[in-house]
Amino acid sequence: MMPILEVKNLIKQFGGLIAVNDVSFEVNDGDIHGLIGPNGAGKSTTFKIVAGFMSPTEGDVLFHNSSIKGQKPSTIATLGIARTFQETTLFQELSVFNNILIGVHKEARTDIFSALLGLDHEKQQAASEATTQVIEFMGLSDRQNQLAAELPLGYQRILAISIALASKPSLLLMDEPFAGMNPEETRHMMELTRKVRETGITIVLVEHNMNAIMGLCDRLTVLNFGTVLDDGTPEQVRNNPDVIQAYLGGS
Amino acid sequence: MNRVHSINLKTVVALSVLFAVLVVLPHFLKYHHQDFLIFLTINILVVVSYRLVTLTGEWSLIHAVMMGVGAYTSAILSKNFDISFWITLPLAGLAAGTMAALLSYPLFRMTQFYFLIGSFAAGEAIRLCWIQFIQPFGGSGGISGIPSPELLNIDFLEPIPYFYLALIIVSVCIFLLYRIENSRIGLTLHAVHWKGVLAESVGVNTWNYRSLAFIIGSLFVGLAGALKVHYIGTVAPKQFDIGFMVFILIWVVVGGYRTIYGGIVGAVVLSILNELFREIDQLRPAIYGATLIIFILYLPGGMESIPQKIRSLRQMRQRKMT
Repeated sequence: MMPILEVKNLIKQFGGLIAVNDVSFEVNDGDIHGLIGPNGAGKSTTFKIVAGFMSPTEGDVLFHNSSIKGQKPSTIATLGIARTFQETTLFQELSVFNNILIGVHKEARTDIFSALLGLDHEKQQAASEATTQVIEFMGLSDRQNQLAAELPLGYQRILAISIALASKPSLLLMDEPFAGMNPEETRHMMELTRKVRETGITIVLVEHNMNAIMGLCDRLTVLNFGTVLDDGTPEQVRNNPDVIQAYLGGS
Repeated sequence: MNRVHSINLKTVVALSVLFAVLVVLPHFLKYHHQDFLIFLTINILVVVSYRLVTLTGEWSLIHAVMMGVGAYTSAILSKNFDISFWITLPLAGLAAGTMAALLSYPLFRMTQFYFLIGSFAAGEAIRLCWIQFIQPFGGSGGISGIPSPELLNIDFLEPIPYFYLALIIVSVCIFLLYRIENSRIGLTLHAVHWKGVLAESVGVNTWNYRSLAFIIGSLFVGLAGALKVHYIGTVAPKQFDIGFMVFILIWVVVGGYRTIYGGIVGAVVLSILNELFREIDQLRPAIYGATLIIFILYLPGGMESIPQKIRSLRQMRQRKMT
């Protein structure tokens, strides 16, 4: 199968500290791919580089076989990579509907003259419909007029994913979507993640919650001290003694 | 869009009444009050156009100077090249917009505090050019003898016809700015303001939108500048200094910056206060300063938040009753 995303010999240096040291892995089209590892393993740095929020010192990132290294986040988003953020990063002051509507940027963006003359009316209508579709898909219909800030944590996470989905990505990067969630919320989020994958979107997760990771992912890449420790199915990774040692410590 | 766009009957009636009042109002005023009304009308366009800049979350200190760019453009073109006001007016807006587009490159590499200071420095650089280059800007004395508009046989040297002219132009501009704010572009500007990184992550080029807002805001304030100097007949660097910029900021802070009418209310109320205290001239800056401090301390939402406050007070009282 063709990989949708290829990370090649990635190196990121902060002064004397090497956060990511020669990391390579591939993400297959249609997979849920987990990026795991202890704190400080370089997961978040790798994540940020792929999403364009940081540029690598060396190495390359290929999306659909072409390099996206050093591109602006907005360009990368336009190419079809959406991301969610670690904290609940939302447009807190806006309604759920408008939050997702902003996500529909590619199709709905308009120029000043069309906006003034109302020439973009059909386009905006289509954007509203796309928004409603995402809202229904994610089960937010009852809450669409609530302000984002007023939502409970679990729903804020769902909204964050909805915004990303509205941008019609082919690859969705999720930064710790299960952090701070209770078991009930976690289960609901796992269901949603699977549902999103069924629409044909490839997903890359950075996550600490091992239950969620093992239950969801088709493949895992384990990072430790900035290098790839293991790469394989959850079964393979679980039984690798190096991985167990990295997580549990000891010698 | 989710927002209600349909203009209801109430708004239409309210706007018609407001216009009717504004049309007859100058006939009941003394000469210098008519003058005051014209400046107030123009200043309303200044605050409303500034709103587009603040929508993206950046507070610039160059807005007054951009007004001057429009003013000087129109003054020089009409006086030295004998071009009609009706052509120099749009050119004034275009000049200010172009200047903003050029300044976007250095200025929007900065954010927040650095942007504030950077915009002030850029503004002062432009203003000092007007003082230093006697040709064609006339130095610190500026340019006088700017011709007034010509149309049919209307005497635009008289305040009442000029007030009507300003009223029409300013109303059209405010309508256009209102439409921009309520369009997709306005929504995206809000997004850029509240969570720039999130907006980037769905494909919004925040740099483009910040500079777009700056360019459009400058364009409209350039029109306001032209409108002003063709009435008073002179243009000088002093009119667009940091002192005037501070007035704009105070109007917006006291009025409120969350809605389009907040700034308008701020400009109207404070200008009228200023006019009322004309007799005690020495005290006026102190009164202005005190007003600003009181508002920041006790009503940080500005005047626009007063109806909301009253509503919640009423609800609280009702709750106590039951």
